[in-house]
Amino acid sequence: MDSQLLWIFISALLVNNFVFSYFLGLCPFFGVSGKLETAFRLGLASTFVMLITAICTWFLNTYILIYAPYLRLISFIVVIASTVQFVEMVIKKFSPALFQALGIFLPLITTNCAILGFAIFATNRGYNLLEGIIFALGAGGGFTLALVLMAGLREENELSNVPNLMKGTAMSLIIAGILSMAFMGFSGLFSA
Amino acid sequence: MSPTNAYDEFTKGIWKENPVFVQVLGMCPMLAVTNSAINAIAMGLATFFVLVGSSTLVSLFKNFIPKQVRISCYIIIIATFVTVADYTLQALIPEVHKELGAFVPLIVVNCMILGRQEAFASKHSVGFAVVDALGTAVGFLLALFTLGGVREILGNGTLFGLSLFGPHFEPWVVMLLPPGGFLMLGLLLLFFNWLKEKKDKAIAELATTEGGMA
Repeated sequence: MDSQLLWIFISALLVNNFVFSYFLGLCPFFGVSGKLETAFRLGLASTFVMLITAICTWFLNTYILIYAPYLRLISFIVVIASTVQFVEMVIKKFSPALFQALGIFLPLITTNCAILGFAIFATNRGYNLLEGIIFALGAGGGFTLALVLMAGLREENELSNVPNLMKGTAMSLIIAGILSMAFMGFSGLFSA
Repeated sequence: MSPTNAYDEFTKGIWKENPVFVQVLGMCPMLAVTNSAINAIAMGLATFFVLVGSSTLVSLFKNFIPKQVRISCYIIIIATFVTVADYTLQALIPEVHKELGAFVPLIVVNCMILGRQEAFASKHSVGFAVVDALGTAVGFLLALFTLGGVREILGNGTLFGLSLFGPHFEPWVVMLLPPGGFLMLGLLLLFFNWLKEKKDKAIAELATTEGGMA
């Protein structure tokens, strides 16, 4: 049982990293990864939203959606949107500085496919409450890790001399490709 | 941005403002499902349906939706169409639906679709909203097909499952894996940047020669 939980965590964190192997959450990944500081904070906020979503979707799945499966998508998106709204209010009240720093990216977590993708994966795999929470921590951690790695690389990249054509998204995509290749190495971690 | 004629609105989505190659939107489904041409087309058609349907509806109801909750309303409209598309795909082509997996429901959070509602459908009449949605959706479909086709040809040596190079072709397996998606899209963007730069240069040269002649 314990090793099962560990496997869920490591798998979501490294082996099946949301960004590098499922291509989830690419918009913030390319949009916010300019600065290390912001990238890290956005990662943490997303992880927190995932955690709340994990708990809410479990309740929805267990008590409501067995009677109306076609409402799944709509109810998930409503839960995520309201969680983001709630997190926004809490952060604004308790830490105005952080609220300022995150700016527009906080409401945009709603349309982050990593969150909805997480809810759908957790449902499809039939995780229970505890497994769902561990999965949220792993997936959120993996997302944060990807953002931070990318932000670090892009900060270095600012200083180097890149051909004009490559500047911007093309460069970021190729960096992401190389990082993704590196993360594929983790797939050997658990096969033994 | 006031629409002049329907034809311009339609073509701008395909080429000048292509959602993927120019605006770099809708990347998640773009990369995740393009490991074969057929998956790419199924995804493109599903997105096509959702985008056109929700643009029509948003444009019809734009005067009834209160400003403060518009985003939530758009998302719920989109989610409804996605649910329809999800069940339809499952009924018609179950194998492809299985391969696309979680990415069909994830059309809901495709930023391209929400972007069109916010930027266009909520401000224009139904006719123009539909034309704009059609153009953007065709542009997206073409982009998906380009990436899916290239990745399938290089990664598997086939297109739509038909072998292209004969038995001696050594497939580039990496193209089918996640890194191949990132690398290939990066290269395609490079190619489009190059085309654009060449065109800009040509226009600039034309301007100088014409200036010299005058």
